[in-house]
Amino acid sequence: MEALWLQVLPVLGLLVLGYGVGRWVEHRHLLSLEARELGHRGFVVTNLRMVPSPETVRESYLVLGEAVIATDYFKSFAARLRSLVGGEIRAYNTLMTRARREALLRMLDQARQAGSREVYNVRYETSNIRSANPRNPGVSVEVFAFGTAVVRQPAAGPS
Amino acid sequence: MILVNTETVPGYTIREVKGLVQGNTIRAKHVGRDIAAGFKNLVGGELKGYTELLTEARRQAIERMMAQAQELGANAIVNVRFTTSAVTQGAAELYAYGTAVIVVPGVS
Repeated sequence: MEALWLQVLPVLGLLVLGYGVGRWVEHRHLLSLEARELGHRGFVVTNLRMVPSPETVRESYLVLGEAVIATDYFKSFAARLRSLVGGEIRAYNTLMTRARREALLRMLDQARQAGSREVYNVRYETSNIRSANPRNPGVSVEVFAFGTAVVRQPAAGPS
Repeated sequence: MILVNTETVPGYTIREVKGLVQGNTIRAKHVGRDIAAGFKNLVGGELKGYTELLTEARRQAIERMMAQAQELGANAIVNVRFTTSAVTQGAAELYAYGTAVIVVPGVS
């Protein structure tokens, strides 16, 4: 009986730690994303391949943004339970969304640094990163966003 | 060198297509970062070490692609694409490719 407790207790502890700290980390990240996204209001961000009125474009740049986000222990545990019965793993939805929003923000930051407010042909790439350590069951996702930022000639805005 | 992932450089006309150029790099993580990642997998959050590693690696792949384009005498690379693949656990290949072209200002 005692031996069983010794096995269950650490897992329970990690679940509580993962749930508590994981939620806090996620909450803070979402707040930070919202605040920074406000700073990019008015940007043209699109996956259209054609740049309208190309004759007014002065410079074009490839802009990139990356983010690697890890799940917490609680979510990985919930996901493993879910994969026994199948269905949507809701715990991972926010993980993917956060990684995508963060990557896009970093890409837009690069565009802004170049003096651009328009990014065309935006693409996302997602890859999962697994630890080389087989005892670490955690999941991390990398989202990579890229696109072409254009700078218009002065006094010739997009509209 | 102008890099874009659109099919043409906006405001320019492609005068000559030089062909496909590419650059790659295969990177392994180091143990310290993996330990930090193990901890982060308990509480969640961004793995800054990995983000930096991938950013740096992708930049290197882009630089190698640009060096090829320069050798061909191109002044731009259009339609740049990227792929990432896991070679083994703990190592990833980052690959950038595109079409090297000579562009001249002006829209035809």
